[in-house]
Amino acid sequence: MKVPYSWLTDWIAVPWDAAGLGERLTMAGLELEAIEPAAPQFTGVVVGEILSAEKHPQADKLRICRVATGQGEPLQIVCGAPNARAGLKSALAKVGAVLPNEVKIKAAKLRGTESAGMLCSAKELGLSDSSDGILELPADAPLGAALRDYLHLDDTILDLNVTPNRGDALSIIGIAREVAALSGGKLAGPAVRAAGAAHAQTVAVHLDAPAACPRFAGCIVRGIDNTAATPIWLRERLRRAGVRSISPVVDVTNYVMLELGQPMHAYDLAKLEGPIHVRFAEAGESVTLLDGRTAQLQPDVLLITDAAAPVGIAGIMGGARTAVSAGTTSVFLEVAYFAPDAIIGRALRWGLTTDASQRFERGVDPAGQQRALERALELIQSIAGGEAGPLVLTESEAHRPVRAAVTLRRAQLARLLGAQFEDRRVRAVLEGLGMRVAPLPEGWRVEPPSHRFDIALEADLIEEVARIVGYAAIEERDAVAFERVRALPEAAPSEQGLLEVLAARGYQEAVNYAFVDPQLQQRLFGDVLALALANPIASDLSVMRVSLWPGLLRAALENQRRQRDRIRLFEHGARFEQRESVTREIDTLAGVACGPRMPEQWGLPRPMREPADFFDVKGDLEALLAALSARAEIRFEPQSHPCLHPGRAARVLREGKPIGWLGELHPSLVRSMEFVQVPVLFELDWADLALDRPAYREISRQPQVRRDLAVVVDESVPLSRLAERVALVASSLLRDLRVFDVYRGPGVEEGRKSVALGLIFQEFSRTLTDDDVARLVAAVVADLRVSFNASIRE
Amino acid sequence: MQELSSLVEQALAEVAECAGLAALDEVRVRWLGKKGTLTEQLKSLGGLPAAERPAAGQRINDAKARVQEAIEARREALTREEIERALAAGRIDVTLPGRGERRGGLHPVTKARLRIEALFQRAGFDVATGPEIEDDFHNFEALNFPPNHPARAMHDTFYFPDGKLLRTHTSPVQIRAMLERGAPLAVVAPGRVYRCDSDMTHSPMFHQIEGLKVGEAVSFANLKAMLHGFLQAFFEQDLAMRLRPSYFPFTEPSAEVDMSCVFCGGEGCRTCKHTGWLEIAGCGMVHPNVLMASGIDAERYSGYAFGMGIDRLAMLRYGVNDLRLFFENDLRFLEQFRTL
Repeated sequence: MKVPYSWLTDWIAVPWDAAGLGERLTMAGLELEAIEPAAPQFTGVVVGEILSAEKHPQADKLRICRVATGQGEPLQIVCGAPNARAGLKSALAKVGAVLPNEVKIKAAKLRGTESAGMLCSAKELGLSDSSDGILELPADAPLGAALRDYLHLDDTILDLNVTPNRGDALSIIGIAREVAALSGGKLAGPAVRAAGAAHAQTVAVHLDAPAACPRFAGCIVRGIDNTAATPIWLRERLRRAGVRSISPVVDVTNYVMLELGQPMHAYDLAKLEGPIHVRFAEAGESVTLLDGRTAQLQPDVLLITDAAAPVGIAGIMGGARTAVSAGTTSVFLEVAYFAPDAIIGRALRWGLTTDASQRFERGVDPAGQQRALERALELIQSIAGGEAGPLVLTESEAHRPVRAAVTLRRAQLARLLGAQFEDRRVRAVLEGLGMRVAPLPEGWRVEPPSHRFDIALEADLIEEVARIVGYAAIEERDAVAFERVRALPEAAPSEQGLLEVLAARGYQEAVNYAFVDPQLQQRLFGDVLALALANPIASDLSVMRVSLWPGLLRAALENQRRQRDRIRLFEHGARFEQRESVTREIDTLAGVACGPRMPEQWGLPRPMREPADFFDVKGDLEALLAALSARAEIRFEPQSHPCLHPGRAARVLREGKPIGWLGELHPSLVRSMEFVQVPVLFELDWADLALDRPAYREISRQPQVRRDLAVVVDESVPLSRLAERVALVASSLLRDLRVFDVYRGPGVEEGRKSVALGLIFQEFSRTLTDDDVARLVAAVVADLRVSFNASIRE
Repeated sequence: MQELSSLVEQALAEVAECAGLAALDEVRVRWLGKKGTLTEQLKSLGGLPAAERPAAGQRINDAKARVQEAIEARREALTREEIERALAAGRIDVTLPGRGERRGGLHPVTKARLRIEALFQRAGFDVATGPEIEDDFHNFEALNFPPNHPARAMHDTFYFPDGKLLRTHTSPVQIRAMLERGAPLAVVAPGRVYRCDSDMTHSPMFHQIEGLKVGEAVSFANLKAMLHGFLQAFFEQDLAMRLRPSYFPFTEPSAEVDMSCVFCGGEGCRTCKHTGWLEIAGCGMVHPNVLMASGIDAERYSGYAFGMGIDRLAMLRYGVNDLRLFFENDLRFLEQFRTL
């Protein structure tokens, strides 16, 4: 909210300059967001009066004016503004004046005529973004006075961020109340005289929804001139508060709203038909608003209606049919209290946030209607004339909001804040905020003022004390330390430790959005169910990811586009699995590798320069899993997956339980996504990455014996089955089984492969003899021949 | 005896001619081996008169010793030469790069998060987590946001058709932690949060960490001490901190936390918009309604809570000037944070 410093000083003596005030308010919870001068710097501009304005002989649009400044001879000024006319007082920049943006005024000749200065528009003085002509000053503006002084332009505007709980601070008077509480000063607003009624005409008001609208003050003003000019001081205040001047009636309603925080509405009496009702909308009703749009109304929308139809949405915006215009001569003023619950959230349905809705949603002083109406009547009459009728307050006594008293306990104040305050100080703070305070044995009984909607609990009062005393006054104090030893489950691996395994193997952690492009996800996962956002920020970020792969593949592509040929990325985050209407959020670790097996370097054997494939990433996974368990049985089972190469995809199983996937991206996707290198993908469920506590096993002190076998089997025989048989036959004597070559080519028939196995035997209690080993190997060979039709290559 | 000395001469000449250790060993065997020429000389002693034998034997042994000595010396010389040859041949360019994998690394936001977690764990907090898809109860209602409250509108919430939502802050984990663990407790809850807002300084997904401590005498003064201690430890700087009253529905009193700018030390610079202060966290004393919604006796217990943007902390710590860099996954960016 924009608060002109000078306006505030109408209401209270501010003991600080603008910057100091901003600082104090900030530290009391009204954050200063910006501070700016009311007008840009300029000098040498005075109030001048145009004595005569003659058409320039050489230019149709120019006038030659004689302008009095109250000193010496009138000056000759050439002016192009259409409103330059005799008798007008305006802003005169004299020779030597410096206007905003360093524009220097010199004596000049315009079309051959001397001009000793310039008559200025509001725009030229930086007071407006646009102007139709030169500034029009009132007739009583003192001739020759510096314009800056006359318009109090050496003023400062404080832009304050008012939090949603402080509707009471959305006004000049509200800020003045804060200043009073902080400074100990007294509020002294402009006196408002209670007007006597000059006629007896009224509009009947019926409160059909008294809980939503318990108070409604109304008054008719007849015979106004709504074409009158709003005085410059009022327009200036509106401008500084960020509100445009429109017409006297609208300007005054805005002015009073800004000053007192009470929104009001003026209806053109000539267009209003019959009595006013305040009621909730009926299904199917609609109303055309001031801004021209037609709002469809739901039954929880509070309306103001006349005998014919709705004339506005209560507390949000008036209707077009009864709008005030330049030709309006009589108005009906509405100054009501609408309960926040009846207003909250409604305006947003039509994409609206109005000054009125903002205030009613947060809470308008339910006791302030009469004063606001009186203030408005006074201002309207002083500007546009007219006669006011009786001020009628329609009220439902039973529904008037009451502020319940709250007890503040001395001990609770000290306990919650961790600081002690003198009773005197607490009481002074609360009373400074307009609360009625009565002492109790344990503390105080506090009645909040009608304008405070945010004081209902003891904690609310504690905050008030703390913020006015200042949070800085509460000294930091260490808590008593926890001395209990807390659990540290060993089965839960350190996240950092696990991620480091991948980092050490060249992977870089990525962070992708949890919502992805539905088209990409569909290309990867077919018709998988995915949770869609109701209000996505973009169509390509509109469904929740069912896997981390869409994000990782996209990131890999981006990096490929940045000319990276070797990409290793991983991500740790949630994926969202959708089964019918149930969403499961699964903590996931996933990665992608594409590009050469090793970073480019000298001295690498040729195979190590090849692009990474399934087995490279399998090695990475094995390293990861080896960091978790020395004994868990990990298997990779061939299985098809919609986005993986059908012959190069595996389900990862730990102790028989599926924990993830590994595979190369499907060749058709490699092509359609325009990958230069084949991405290899993995994805694991984090919850299954539990750590097995190491358990010591006796070390055999007997020597090991190694025998190598080249076993030729059909291509279809996986190593896992070979290994199973070998382990079964060699039983407990097999210490280790290594694969040191897989060969296809000359010497091995088509459709078969030679698998070179290193069998390492060891007996626990004795040294194995050559005979022992020979028998074992013979048994293994015999079994493999039978089981797999294997032959042994010598 | 003339013969012996000429034999020695001959042996020494052969030793001197040896060009390698193998040849030298051959020479040694030929002269000093079991059947070596000089060894054979000892056998001739039998033919001499007994009185001459000792002297003759002595002479033969002296001769053998001389040859042995020469062989040893030659062996030493040859070995030295051989090592020198090997050294000369084995010289490498030590400036060539080392072989193998190049390490990757953790994301800077993860690095910052782990550091923040570690600091709070040292202060007695446990790490808690919660779901990213939340319901209205945990994200708003239990946190004392009334329906339609303007404070909800400030949250720019992503919704799902069934009314669930993407959590807009990590605060719902407060509710979950209190419901699950009861009082007293001290947890921090880091995680991804979502708001439908995207521009230079906003990402629709970002990271927060929530802190919550509930106990019998947990005070605002404790909260100040904890946050100040944390900021000083995280930035390893003697920072000033100030709390400004603010509003969050779930805390009362509430505060925004400013710290003196880590770049200019409070003098004023571009990062702090010349204010000397950086807004770094929100905090407050847990609202009694929130304690009650979480099954905690608000008369017996009090608590404080705070929330911070991990991304912002990471930006300030590592000098990253554009939030969006965190989510672009550009390897040229990520690789700058490879260190442990």
